[in-house]
Amino acid sequence: MALLEVTDLTVVFQRRGEAPFTAVDGVSFAVEEGQTVGLVGESGCGKSVTSLAIMGLLPRRGVRVSGSVRFEGAELLTESPRQMRDRRGRDLGMVFQDPLSSLNPVVSIGIQVTEVLERHRGMSRSKAMRVAAELLDQVGIPDPRRRLDEYPHQLSGGMRQRALIAMALACQPRLLIADEPTTALDVTIQAQILALLSQLVRDTGTALIMITHDLGVVAGLCDEVNVLYAGRVVERAARHELFARPRHPYTHGLLSSIPRLDAPRGERLVPIRGAVTDNIPWTQGCAFAPRCPNVLEKCLDVTPEMEEDDGRLLRCHNPVRQEVPA
Amino acid sequence: MVTTRKERVDALARMSTDDREGEAGVSLAVSAWRRLRRNPVFLVGAAIIGTFVVVALLSPWLAPHDPSEWMLADQVSKARNEIPPPQPGHPLGGDQVGRDLLSRLLVGSQQTLMVGVFATVIGLGGGLVLGTLAGAIGGWVDSAVMRLVDVMLSIPSLLAAVSIGALFARPSQFTVILAVAIVQIPIFARLLRGSMLAQRNSDHVLAARALGVRPRAIVFRHMLPNSLGPVIVQATLVLAVAIIDAAALSFLGLGNPDDSVPEWGQMLGNAQTVIDSHPNLAFWPAGCIIAVALGFTLVGESLRDALDPKNRR
Repeated sequence: MALLEVTDLTVVFQRRGEAPFTAVDGVSFAVEEGQTVGLVGESGCGKSVTSLAIMGLLPRRGVRVSGSVRFEGAELLTESPRQMRDRRGRDLGMVFQDPLSSLNPVVSIGIQVTEVLERHRGMSRSKAMRVAAELLDQVGIPDPRRRLDEYPHQLSGGMRQRALIAMALACQPRLLIADEPTTALDVTIQAQILALLSQLVRDTGTALIMITHDLGVVAGLCDEVNVLYAGRVVERAARHELFARPRHPYTHGLLSSIPRLDAPRGERLVPIRGAVTDNIPWTQGCAFAPRCPNVLEKCLDVTPEMEEDDGRLLRCHNPVRQEVPA
Repeated sequence: MVTTRKERVDALARMSTDDREGEAGVSLAVSAWRRLRRNPVFLVGAAIIGTFVVVALLSPWLAPHDPSEWMLADQVSKARNEIPPPQPGHPLGGDQVGRDLLSRLLVGSQQTLMVGVFATVIGLGGGLVLGTLAGAIGGWVDSAVMRLVDVMLSIPSLLAAVSIGALFARPSQFTVILAVAIVQIPIFARLLRGSMLAQRNSDHVLAARALGVRPRAIVFRHMLPNSLGPVIVQATLVLAVAIIDAAALSFLGLGNPDDSVPEWGQMLGNAQTVIDSHPNLAFWPAGCIIAVALGFTLVGESLRDALDPKNRR
């Protein structure tokens, strides 16, 4: 049994007087213990909503969540808010995109880190402060005792993200969800944070769901990659497989639009034409069809299903055949 | 040389943080104070308020005479419309019944400031309760509280204060405070609710919820403290309004009927019968009211600028 099994997860946003919007449309994937799984896709493809649904952090009103999210066999979607509250921070940790706005500006770092420890592990304030200092040290924050008394605006972006990681990992959760944890950081700091995450995941055996639009992040970190498009997984493969031979035209397009150091001089980048707004609904065919270079008649009529193909899962009528020149 | 990955990460982290500012624990309040200290608007406002507060505290000793003693009564003549003029020992002269005007002004600052402060504190307290309820619980509680607030705000504040003040059979300083305070409650409630709602959808509240923090801690540690800035600013501005409103109530005769305890609004009210012949009787209390209100407004405005996170350096 996998640590986390997401089956047919569907999230529909519904507002009175407006057509319901399906943000996540039957997403399934599994995370094994100690594994790092990537969810990749462009803005609006449902990455973050998927993570919020797993955490039980979506608003109750106006949102319909269906399908199944099983964590160690327990169904999370039917748990009471109280049960989910006890799980968050203890079993499930989450790191967000913007490290400055994710910290409470009027409360010192120390109080924010100890809050989790006091909440889930019932520690006294003084004991929690000692543990908090160790945690900050563990995530590579120098002089942790002094930092405990400081406020978020006094820390650099990288340090804030380290502090948030320390908070998320304070109670040693079995699963950590990182939602674009490096997007708001400088490139050099990005590398540090990624190195830290991969080190911590290895040291603690925490499973990691890495949500990102940056294929470079995926390349360095993930064991398995799920490529999302318009709320559905369109391709799932092991990391090396995916990068060596992207089969879905969308994945292929994503990879060809990245500049490469070893590309011949003067070679142009190939962007994916069109925009997400060109999508057609999945029920009528393939959502990517209007932007797809490999589009067939069939793509506009028949919804492609997830099919096993050559050791990977693929949702495409006409996948890319040739290999990317390495 | 053997270096572990952790050491390398540590070294990188140190490099990226070496030039950070060195002082530990600079909170929002401290850095706001640092900016305030250099703001001339704040300094002027604070100087005005400080002067009046010191005067109010020391007035029993500063006042040259007993403010309730009719010591110049022999110079008062209703028939000839005579009121004691400024003279040695009485630099501002006397009032309609011959009490020393300067002493009454000095001692009157006590009542005026007290009414303003108490009315604001009570209004703030009520507004905090209502605003927190509305902003934290939401749903029908929010709707109910906000409709109540709408009803209260639909009546002009001075008219509402006068109406509430008139409800009491026996007006006193306390009824003035209560009337002015009740009028301020909806303003605070609406302001706090607005900033609480903004906080509820903020990233750090989501992050706290992702850590399983309990709702009570979310409200009182993560939402409320971050919502207080605009409320505190409003409180200093309301102080000015409260003083003016309280003076207005006294002026209209809804204040303390016992005029042995001087109060500026009441002095102003009493002065209106002789305003044609002796405008100085109205000038002094009116000037004091304006000055105090100006002081609080200046401080409030500069506080608002200082607490605005966008101004942070």
